[in-house]
Amino acid sequence: MARKKIREYDSKRLLKEHLKRLVHIDLPICSAQVTESTDFTELLEKESWLSQRRLVVKPDMLFGKRGKSGLVALNLDFAGAVEFIKKRLGQEIEIEGCKGPITTFIIEPFIPHKEEYYLAISSERLGFNISFSECGGIEIEENWDKVNSIFLPTKSPLTDEAIAPLIADLPSEIGKKIGNFMKGVFAVFQDLDFSFIEMNPFTLVDGEAYPLDMRGELDENAAFKNEDKWGNLEFPLPFGRVLSPEESFILDLNDKTSASLKFTLLNPKGRIWNMIAGGGASLIYTDTVGDLGCATELGNYTEYGGPSEEEMLKLARVILDCATANPDGRKRSILIGGNIANLTDVGATFDGIIRALKEKKSELKEANIHIYVRRGGPNYLTGLAKMQAVGEELGIPVEVYGPEAVMTGICNRAIEGM
Amino acid sequence: MATGQLFSRTTQALFYNYKQLPIQRMLDFDFLCGRETPSVAGIINPGAEGFQKLFFGQEEIAIPVHSTIEAACAAHPTADVFINFASFRSAAASSMSALKQPTIRVVAIIAEGVPESDTKQLIAYARSNNKVVIGPATVGGIQAGAFKIGDTAGTIDNIVQCKLYRPGSVGFVSKSGGMSNEMYNTIARVTDGIYEGIAIGGDVFPGSTLSGHILRFNNIPQIKMMVVLGELGGRDEYSLVEALKQGKVNKPVVAWVSGTCARLFKSEVQFGHAGAKSGGEMESAQAKNQALKEAGAVVPTSYEAFEDAIKETFEKLVEEGKITPVKEVKPPQIPEDLNSAIKSGKVRAPTHIISTISDDRGEEPCYAGVPMSSIVEQGFGVGDVISLLWFKRSLPRYCTKFIEICIMLCADHGPCVSGAHNTIVTARAGKDLVSSLVSGLLTIGPRFGGAIDDAARYFKDAYDRGLTPYEFVESMKKKGIRVPGIGHRIKRGDNRDKRVELLQLFARTNFPSVKYMEYAVQVETYTLSKANNLVLNVDGAIGSLFLDLLAGSGMFTKQEIDEIIEIGYLNGLFVLARSIGLIGHTFDQKRLKQPLYRHPWEDVLYTK
Repeated sequence: MARKKIREYDSKRLLKEHLKRLVHIDLPICSAQVTESTDFTELLEKESWLSQRRLVVKPDMLFGKRGKSGLVALNLDFAGAVEFIKKRLGQEIEIEGCKGPITTFIIEPFIPHKEEYYLAISSERLGFNISFSECGGIEIEENWDKVNSIFLPTKSPLTDEAIAPLIADLPSEIGKKIGNFMKGVFAVFQDLDFSFIEMNPFTLVDGEAYPLDMRGELDENAAFKNEDKWGNLEFPLPFGRVLSPEESFILDLNDKTSASLKFTLLNPKGRIWNMIAGGGASLIYTDTVGDLGCATELGNYTEYGGPSEEEMLKLARVILDCATANPDGRKRSILIGGNIANLTDVGATFDGIIRALKEKKSELKEANIHIYVRRGGPNYLTGLAKMQAVGEELGIPVEVYGPEAVMTGICNRAIEGM
Repeated sequence: MATGQLFSRTTQALFYNYKQLPIQRMLDFDFLCGRETPSVAGIINPGAEGFQKLFFGQEEIAIPVHSTIEAACAAHPTADVFINFASFRSAAASSMSALKQPTIRVVAIIAEGVPESDTKQLIAYARSNNKVVIGPATVGGIQAGAFKIGDTAGTIDNIVQCKLYRPGSVGFVSKSGGMSNEMYNTIARVTDGIYEGIAIGGDVFPGSTLSGHILRFNNIPQIKMMVVLGELGGRDEYSLVEALKQGKVNKPVVAWVSGTCARLFKSEVQFGHAGAKSGGEMESAQAKNQALKEAGAVVPTSYEAFEDAIKETFEKLVEEGKITPVKEVKPPQIPEDLNSAIKSGKVRAPTHIISTISDDRGEEPCYAGVPMSSIVEQGFGVGDVISLLWFKRSLPRYCTKFIEICIMLCADHGPCVSGAHNTIVTARAGKDLVSSLVSGLLTIGPRFGGAIDDAARYFKDAYDRGLTPYEFVESMKKKGIRVPGIGHRIKRGDNRDKRVELLQLFARTNFPSVKYMEYAVQVETYTLSKANNLVLNVDGAIGSLFLDLLAGSGMFTKQEIDEIIEIGYLNGLFVLARSIGLIGHTFDQKRLKQPLYRHPWEDVLYTK
């Protein structure tokens, strides 16, 4: 759990709903979400403004620079918007090196406007950074010197005095409106556990602030406090991240347990496979394989912490299936590694892995799998002995090391003779 | 933060949310270090008070348990560390209460998943009140030979291996709790060991930072060099870079930032720790390593080379004469816990209880080896459950149905019988359900409800010995024993007990053999010739039919049948059945709000 980006549609939905609740600002924004499963007739019934107003359409996939990439369509009628979407839905695009299909769009009323303001709030360790510029829009990076920022320490209220440096250059009437809007957005930010909000740009419609584009990021750790406020919220994967069935399976498993189970498939044809305990250690093992020049052979990134035997069995099955899927006679290695555990019972954790190994005996042999184990901590001797024994039983080469060995030493052993 | 030592050999902590293992590990560490006082002064367990028994070496000690943080702080004013094992939901609130106590200086938060906004409140409060927060999402930290937070450094074997029972010269700080333990080992291998080690936790906003602890270590004279293990994500390492550049750190710093692999991943990746996210270039491991190196830290080329870099830095300090040789001590042996000794196969201990009928240790409870799911899915009834738990086997459906009929027939017999009467009187005395029930059950015995077993015993004995009904009844008469299962207060030969008829009909239709029952009927025929009220009663019917069930089902050996009759299984049937009625009477009296029962004087014969 950590900070999670949410879709523009959800950012705006939360902003509209809670600005009203918290500070009685009624934002006149409307937005509709379109995915593969959208029935356009139903959508039109629900959102009648779609047929009454000119529209803007853009992908809602957590990536920026949509205007610059030609993915924003302006001033369409509903039929035009539907046509624009249908042409692009499911189409693969590349954004800053990440490839993926477009699966989600947002439709909004087209708002002709002159002013383009920039507003961003980010949560920092000791407070909040609040940035504002009169020169927002797609050229914001070129105009970064025109962005004013303030730092508001934790617990300090966002007063008119605090905001003053941001809006000093605006005419006082507009400055007052925008200042009030900022205070409202900040109230929503704090009340809903946002960690980041950016509006680039927002404009004024009839003298009132009106966000045109918006990005939001929530602190998923605070989900338990915000169940009602967040409503039905999706945390989409970063753009370009398409989950394999195995990855979806583990993600699903992870969501249902207090244990931590992570599995990212890097290269299905890879010959080095990771089964590493602990958030810190998993990173270091992966680093080390890279440092040894074998990054391209790395099949996966995996991290687990505190799994039950059953959960460990499921995770191990997935890794073993992937590792043995492409046998070609050459040596393949599985790293069952980890730091010296503080309190995990190493013997018990290994029981799940051993059950999976026994299930996949013939596949392991066919894929010429070598297993390298390194672990320390409670009951590690029992765990290592069991691993050694299962290797002998199945006729698979298994090497085991305890806390006396350098943690990443097995990476070298795995690569030897490859 | 800055300033120096957080802990000493006399530091005591308050432990929030009772967890036996981490506290015991702290106390074991204390004993290993030769501390005179335990490092846990008190435990706070919301809603509970009293004492918890724990070991301090070979001896057991009682640690006070308090129900509130305020009460614990008042009772232990010298305890200045608060170790918080609350869940992520409540960790922030309890940590804030602790920080607000004047006696508390350091709060360590173990929970992972505390909301960022809550941690920020703790950080702000700690900063303005000069207090220290370690965590959230951490195992804690340790000052070698002095004080240890919770599960830090793991097992005793590991603590001994890493020489954490006596101070060395190295200050260590990392994000990862697991890796801190690994590094204690590494550092012990190539230097004189850890002086203090802290894991700040993997969150985006840790309560205290890598740089904060390094600056603090810099002020501790016993620490001669510092080791930092950072991670990609966040900018904490740059605070350290700044401190190094400004000359605020005058001891060697060996640093490594892990996560160089992030560039292998195309899209943004969230690694194991919340704070470990491949964000901008500046937050990458490569950039941070580079910046640390340029600022003067010793930065190896990879994690693999980290150990050598630490070794070389330490050896240089030794050459420069900056390291005072550590006086080696031999730590005392910690007595091993029985449980772990058994687990590792070193000792064996006899069990004190043996059980053969059920097992609750697996995925689901089993009755005589049959899992609960089969019991429910196969539509088993109460009779089947009784057959599993009492007879340890699955009896045929006609048998279990018979058991159910017996239970239904014996469930109640009105308010006037002694069991129901006792229950009613007890319930009316305002006693609870269990008291009312057992006061009724306690009347069951030789005179009330206890005749089924005896009926079965005598009928079986007589039948098996081939006695005619005449011989049987008369021999009983000679011994002065009334034939159990024969005779009724109201029923007569021409007005049989309906319950007996129902049982007989069921058995004749379903049982393969009813020889014992037929024998009982012959006995009845004989006794009826003596007096019209000597009918076969329900006890006699159940007793004799149970003999037919046991013998006719073919599922019991002769020896087993004798044992069942001898132990008194059949009375069990009556006790179980009648409990249903007695519970009903209890509820009935309570529902009717009946007052205390007092027997009327008029109904008692007062006499000398």
